Amino acid sequence: MHDVLVIGAGHAGCEAAAAAARRGARVGLLTFRAEDAGQMSCNPSIGGVGKGHLVRELDVFDGLMARAADRAAIHRRMLNRSKGPAVWGPRVQADRKLYQAAIMALLRDSGVEIMATEAQKLIIDQGRIAGVETEAGVLPSRAVVIATGTFLDARMFVGEDVVDGGRRGERASFALAQQVREIGLGQGRLKTGTPPRLDGRTIDWSRLEEQPSDSEAWTMSALSDGIQQPQLQCAITRTNEQTHEIIANNFDRSPLFAGAIEGRGPRYCPSIEDKVKRFAERDAHQIFLEPEGLDDHLVYPNGISTSLPADVQLAFVRSIAGLERAEIARPGYAVEYEFVDPLQMNGALEVRDLPGLFLAGQINGTTGYEEAAAQGLAAGLNAAASALDLDEVRFDRRTSYLGVMIDDLTLQGVSEPYRMMTARAEYRLALRADNATTRLGPAALAACCVSDRRRRDIEDRLALRLSPDWTLTEEGRADALYAPYVARQQREWEVVRRDSAVTIPGWLDYSTIPGLSNEMVERLTAARPETLDHASRIAGVTPAALSALYVAATRKAAA
Amino acid sequence: MADTIYALSSGRPPAAVSIIRVSGPAAHVAGERIAGSLPATRMAAVRELRHPRSGDLLDEALVLRFDSPASSTGENIVEFQCHGGRAVVDSVLRALGLIPELREAQPGEFTRRAFENGRIDLTEAEGLADLIEAETESQRKAALALAEGGLRRQIEAWQQALLALSAQAERAIDYDEEDEAIDPALVDGCAKLAAELRSWLSRPRIEPLKDGIRVVVAGPPNAGKSSLLNAIAGQERAIVTDVPGTTRDHIEVPLSLGGIPILLTDTAGLRETADVVEAIGVSRTESLVERADILLWLGESNEAPAHAEVVLVHSKVDVRGGAPEGSLGVSSVTGEGLAALLEVVATRAKALLPSEDAIALNRRQAALVEEAAELLEGLPTDTVLVAETLRLARQAFDRLTGRAGVEDVLDALFSRFCLGK
Repeated sequence: MHDVLVIGAGHAGCEAAAAAARRGARVGLLTFRAEDAGQMSCNPSIGGVGKGHLVRELDVFDGLMARAADRAAIHRRMLNRSKGPAVWGPRVQADRKLYQAAIMALLRDSGVEIMATEAQKLIIDQGRIAGVETEAGVLPSRAVVIATGTFLDARMFVGEDVVDGGRRGERASFALAQQVREIGLGQGRLKTGTPPRLDGRTIDWSRLEEQPSDSEAWTMSALSDGIQQPQLQCAITRTNEQTHEIIANNFDRSPLFAGAIEGRGPRYCPSIEDKVKRFAERDAHQIFLEPEGLDDHLVYPNGISTSLPADVQLAFVRSIAGLERAEIARPGYAVEYEFVDPLQMNGALEVRDLPGLFLAGQINGTTGYEEAAAQGLAAGLNAAASALDLDEVRFDRRTSYLGVMIDDLTLQGVSEPYRMMTARAEYRLALRADNATTRLGPAALAACCVSDRRRRDIEDRLALRLSPDWTLTEEGRADALYAPYVARQQREWEVVRRDSAVTIPGWLDYSTIPGLSNEMVERLTAARPETLDHASRIAGVTPAALSALYVAATRKAAA
Repeated sequence: MADTIYALSSGRPPAAVSIIRVSGPAAHVAGERIAGSLPATRMAAVRELRHPRSGDLLDEALVLRFDSPASSTGENIVEFQCHGGRAVVDSVLRALGLIPELREAQPGEFTRRAFENGRIDLTEAEGLADLIEAETESQRKAALALAEGGLRRQIEAWQQALLALSAQAERAIDYDEEDEAIDPALVDGCAKLAAELRSWLSRPRIEPLKDGIRVVVAGPPNAGKSSLLNAIAGQERAIVTDVPGTTRDHIEVPLSLGGIPILLTDTAGLRETADVVEAIGVSRTESLVERADILLWLGESNEAPAHAEVVLVHSKVDVRGGAPEGSLGVSSVTGEGLAALLEVVATRAKALLPSEDAIALNRRQAALVEEAAELLEGLPTDTVLVAETLRLARQAFDRLTGRAGVEDVLDALFSRFCLGK
């Protein structure tokens, strides 16, 4: 018998399984193929602005991603260096194979049992999760984390070709998707895309602008053993008018514009055909050529994700400087997949109406490895709490990007793939990539999920804060820079704290509150906020509705 | 469930008609207890109002019925338009008080319910508060324009402008692959918006419309200040709108001059003095002069206190003879020059008021717009701090429309309402 079963061994699933195991749970990790655990199915980079913050945060809880990224890093760049330290974004290019090997090694150390089988059905007993039915038989467990990414009823598009499956050459989870819909969790479809992979030996690197790795020796994890791989160069090139013409001439062959894809894609990470259509006035778009590995010739051209037919892809790629003779090793494609409505979860990422069931990663409508991994951490910590009767670990948007993301997902819901950005964090000046240990260290210690080495690192860091030398550290200087702004924000928090104290009973029937319009009743019923503060952040909830809710909640409390 | 409340909603009796309003879930039941039966919703009917216990006839009144949520408070409402005698009104209010489900309304409670039930938003609620307090025609129009959301639309436009600037800053932070320093267009946009806010801040506020333009009469002792005040108050064209309140060390007379509300104030004479009591009076006078919108100075022109709006008055022109250049000769005894003086005061007062159909800010709103303007003027040089500054400016506007610190704004606002409004 397992305490926690995790379905899917992507970035969310691996983190969830390892996090639950670190809290002492017996964990089974179910995946189609064991060798696929921790695969980077899209670009070979980890981190970035906002995303890098998430990686640093999950690292404080001994999450896997930061340490694996350090072991596999072949190019590192601190983004936004010319701006304030609050928005510096650490990003590394990782060697795919090394990254996956690092994740596998970390998983093995954590004691997670990896099981290669298809999860077909959730077993529900008296309104609670009781296990998972698999190809190999029934596996009882106290809690389950679904982290199936894009694999729920997924479909891939390359031009006019449509293939079932969540990643090139792999299967999709249809049986589970069916049940997720039956339980009432299904929400709709989203779309994501990936660019063609190029053979690096056919690129004329000498013609391109080089982007070297940072010379500073920073690492993703606070516990890093330093830079372990040789550092490569990336290169930059651009699309041109000819490229745009080729793409525009083939709009009718794009499944995106022909209407074959119904799912909504992210506005902030559009496919190249989308960019050409929507920003017709731009005569060039930047492309970063990122090597996929040390002993790998594949190159990931970041910036031209596409689902155009393969012949069109080759034609437009070859119109780009440096790529005139480039060979496409694998064409780009779009994936359309089912996601669940994250409004149905509470702040622990547990489905409110089905105790013991947790959801993490792209299935919740997010995009990106880092977003998935961070949710995996939260879901894993809380699945262990549910199974072993430990304290829940809740993340607060005032102290972490993780809190911002979970808050946004569970209160606002998702209408396009959710990506972390610093703009989502109103208290961004206090939420820096350099102070994750300060912010979350005490919570990580309280959750009893870290190694001795980590515990010492957190304790040392917190002790250093109290010493006179603190002002000489990079973090100490950033603290001083933002101090007046942060002091002002802390006054704002008082309001938040007060509104957080007004709890809204879960059984409250919004339709009985006088003065709430039908629209407000619908929005509030869908999100079921736990406090007045939560309610204030639900999209479209008006001040009038808030005050009516305030009155109703305080009256109910008094009655 | 909310209580059912009642109150006299029109001015104090005696009056031709007095309006008593009942709002809440039990309003219709209560209405039937007193009026026997109610008309259909949104209809008026004449009914005999009777005491709920004795059945004695209290009054014959016009009764109106509104059903939740289509009423001004969003609740069930019954309105009695009774005869406006003191005894009649008191007896109806007492009768309502006998009905167990009912209680007397707190000040501002009707409007508060309208707000809480989503019938009006905060700027509309403020406009309504001004409307209720309005006494003259131009006041009413300004208040109405506000209540109808003119200000809200303007604030929304500013919010949109701020959002656009914020978006610009956020793009530079989250999506700038080239990692450039600050965008000059962003700095420029902030400066433009700040200038627009400044131009609004230089416009007249709404308070003078409501409280009246403060016209202060000052000068040395025995300059004829009190006589001038009495002469003005006695003029037919200056309608005295109320009996002066408690006479302390100064006298205030509210007037309406060509539809413009004016608060005319007489002061103690200004002079150096050793007398303690008189010294207190003098220092009060100085503060009154400071707060005056218009100052009528009855002393020598070179002794006039520094003030933006001074009218030099040469008093006792019938005795002292011709006024010097730049002064208005006035006689409180013969009435000579009074009309000219009132003309000057009216002209200057008018310039201090928001024009009748313009949207005007009140002081609270102006303070928040000022806060936003100051933030935009003191822009930091780092993009992240610019974004933070824009967020703070957005919050200032959020407080205007009641988005942030909901309870504080509500408490401050609703305490302004009179009972029964």
